[in-house]
Amino acid sequence: MEMSNIQVYKKNLKTQEITLNMGPQHPSTHGVYRCILTLDGEYVTHLENVMGYLHRGMEKLAEDRTYTQFIPYTDRLDYLAAALNNIGYVQTVEKLMDIEVPERAEYIRVIVGELQRIASHLVYVGSYALDVNGFTGWMYAFRDRERILDLFEMITGSRMTLSFPRIGGVSHDITDEFVEGLEKFIEDFPACLDEFDGLVTGNEIFQARTKGVGVLDVETAINYGISGPNLRASGYEFDLRKHDPYGIYDRFEFDIPTGENGDSFDRFIVRMEEMRQSLRIIKQALRDIPDGPIQAKVPKVIKPKAGEVYHQIEGAKGWLGYYLVSDGSTKPYRLHIHGPSFVNLGVFPEIAKGGNIQDAVVILASIDIVLGEVDR
Amino acid sequence: MERLFLNLGEGIQQWLASLGLGATAVSLIMVAIKVAAILGFVLLNVLYLVYLERKISAYIQQRLGPNRVGPRGLLQTTMDVIKLISKEDIIPQAADRKVFRLAAIVVFIPAVMLYAVIPFGKDMIAIDLNIGVFYFIAVSSTTTIAFLMAGWGSNNKYSLLGGMRTVAQMVSYEIPLVFSILGVIMLTGSLKMSDIIAAQKDVWFIVLQPIAFLIFFIAGTAELNRAPFDLPEGEQELIAGATTEYSGMRWAIFFLAEYSNLVAMSALAVTLFLGGPSGPWAPSWIWFVIKVYIMIYLFMWVRWTFPRIRVDHLMHTNWKFLLPLSLANILVTGIGIKIFEWFS
Repeated sequence: MEMSNIQVYKKNLKTQEITLNMGPQHPSTHGVYRCILTLDGEYVTHLENVMGYLHRGMEKLAEDRTYTQFIPYTDRLDYLAAALNNIGYVQTVEKLMDIEVPERAEYIRVIVGELQRIASHLVYVGSYALDVNGFTGWMYAFRDRERILDLFEMITGSRMTLSFPRIGGVSHDITDEFVEGLEKFIEDFPACLDEFDGLVTGNEIFQARTKGVGVLDVETAINYGISGPNLRASGYEFDLRKHDPYGIYDRFEFDIPTGENGDSFDRFIVRMEEMRQSLRIIKQALRDIPDGPIQAKVPKVIKPKAGEVYHQIEGAKGWLGYYLVSDGSTKPYRLHIHGPSFVNLGVFPEIAKGGNIQDAVVILASIDIVLGEVDR
Repeated sequence: MERLFLNLGEGIQQWLASLGLGATAVSLIMVAIKVAAILGFVLLNVLYLVYLERKISAYIQQRLGPNRVGPRGLLQTTMDVIKLISKEDIIPQAADRKVFRLAAIVVFIPAVMLYAVIPFGKDMIAIDLNIGVFYFIAVSSTTTIAFLMAGWGSNNKYSLLGGMRTVAQMVSYEIPLVFSILGVIMLTGSLKMSDIIAAQKDVWFIVLQPIAFLIFFIAGTAELNRAPFDLPEGEQELIAGATTEYSGMRWAIFFLAEYSNLVAMSALAVTLFLGGPSGPWAPSWIWFVIKVYIMIYLFMWVRWTFPRIRVDHLMHTNWKFLLPLSLANILVTGIGIKIFEWFS
C-alpha cells in the first residue's frame, strides 16, 4: 500500500526531545529554584525538581540556639509570611510548656497573622499576574501590600522580618495609630481587590491561560500531602483554623472558600476570596479585642521539660508544622519544620506534565512556593 | 509652516546647485540628506519612545517612572544609550559568530527601509511608490528572518524557541494584516500612499472599515511582537527569547528596531485608516506626529494592561478568528462597493 504524503513526512521527519534547564537563574522560578524540563517542541514531557540552593540548615541551627533565640530564624523560612511562622513556632513552644497566653496577645496575634496572610496572598496574586506578563497587576498588588507592611512597621519596627511574638505573648502592644491605620485599610481594601479583579481576574486572556491548566484532583492532592489553599482549590474543604482551631480561632466567623476544578484559576480565586475572609476575621478581632497584659508570666530562662510536641497552624501556603523535641535543656534537642511550600512543590512535576512551557510557568506560580521555606 | 521642510529641502538643493556641482551629484547628496533626516527622525523618536513607554507604564501602574536624570527624567534614555554603547561586546563562545553578528544588522535595515514610503506630511514622502503599501508589507516581513537568525545563531535553547515562535507568529499574522489592508485598497483602488490619503479627504477609512482597523490593530500588535503577543520574547518563559544572548549595543539595535517598527506600523495605520497627515489649523506634519503618537499610545496601553496569550491560543486566534473575519470583511466591502456603484 502506498503511503500518503503525511505518512511519508512523518516517517522521514526525525524529532528529538530537548532538555531545558530552567533556573536557578530564571525570571519566573520565584527564587533560586531549578527544574529540568524535557521538551517535545514546546510541550513538557518530563519535569524534574532540583532544590537546595537556599539551604541554610535551619533545623540544625535550632539545636544550637535557645528557644527564644530561634524566633528570628523562623522569619527567614517563608519570608513573605514571617508573622505566621513566628506564631506557629511560639505556639509550639507554648504547647510544650503549657503556657497560657493572655487574651489581648492572642487577639494581636490573630490581627497580625491575618494581615500577614493577606500580604502573602497579595504577593501571590501579584507574582501570578507577573508570570502571565501582567506587570501592572504586580504593581497594584504591591501597592496594597505596602500598606500592610507600613502597619507592621508601626507595631514591630520591622516590615518583613517581624519577630514580634514572644513565648507567652507578643513583644509590642498595638497602638492607636496602628488601629487607625488598620481601620482605614479595612475600609479601602475591598475596593482594591475589586480593582484587581477587574484588571487581572476578569481578563479574557488571563482566564484562557489559567482555566483547565494544571488540574489537581483531590485524590492526588491528598496523596501528595497538599494542604491549605491548594487543597481547598481542589474542592476539599479543610482549614485548620476551622476544623482544628488553634489559638482563639474558634471565636471567629468566616467562610472557607473552595474551588471546583482544582486548576490554576481556582487556586487563584481561592486566594482572592481568602483575603476577603481574612479581612472579616481582622474586623471581628478588632471589635472584640480586650484590654489587658500582652505577655504571660514565663520563666526568665525557657527550659521545657523533656518531651516532644507537634503543632501545626494554617500558614499562608498550607499547614505549617513544627515538631519540637526537648531534652530538658535550654536548647531544642531537635526541631523539624513541615514547610507547605516544599510539599506543594512536590506535586509540580505531576501536574505540569503535558502542558507547554507557558503552562508550566503558570502552574509554578499557582502552587505558591517560597524558596526560603522549600530549602529551609 | 506647511512647507517648512519642503522649502528647507529645496533651499539646500539650490545651494548645492549654486556650488557648481553636477545634477547627479546634487541628487545623490540630496538622497543622503533625506536618509539622514529620516534616520534622525527614527532615532530621536525611538529615544523618546522608550522614555514615553516607561512614563506611560509608570502612570498606568501608579508609579512615577524615570525622574532623576535631567528635568523630569528626560535625559534618562540618552544616558541609557551611552551606557549601552560603552558596554563590552560579548559574543557567546558557542554562538555561530557570523549569523549572530549579522542578525543585529538584518533586523535594523528593514526597520529603516520602511520609512521610504511613509508620508510624513503633505508631499513629504521620500519615494511615492505606486506599490507603496505592498512595499511596506514586503519589507516589514523580512524582519522575521533576523529573529530566526538571532535565535539560531545564539546557540541557546531559549533563543531557539524564541526564534521559532517569532517565525510562526509573524508569518501567520501577516495574512490577516494584509487582508485587513485589502479592504482599504479596494476602496481606493490604488496601492500608492498618496492616493490612499487623497481618498480619505472626506471621510477617514476607520469609519468605513472599522473591522479592518480592529484586525489591523490586533495583527499589527502581533507583528510588532508586543504584549499580549510578545511570545517571541516571553520574558517569564524564555528570558528574552531570540535576544537572550545579546548584550550592549547589539541588543540595543534589536530594541531600536522594535521601536522603529512600532513607529512605522503606527504611521501605516495613520495613513490607511486615520486620514494620513491632514487636519485643520496646523501643518500636516504636526498632524502626522499627533496621530502617530495616538496610535503608539494605544499600542502601549494594550501592552501594559493585558497579560500574554498562550502559544496555541495565539494560533487559534489567528486562523480561527482573525482570518475568517478579515475574509468576511473583504466580502462585505466588495458587496458594499457594488451597491454603492449601483446607486450612484
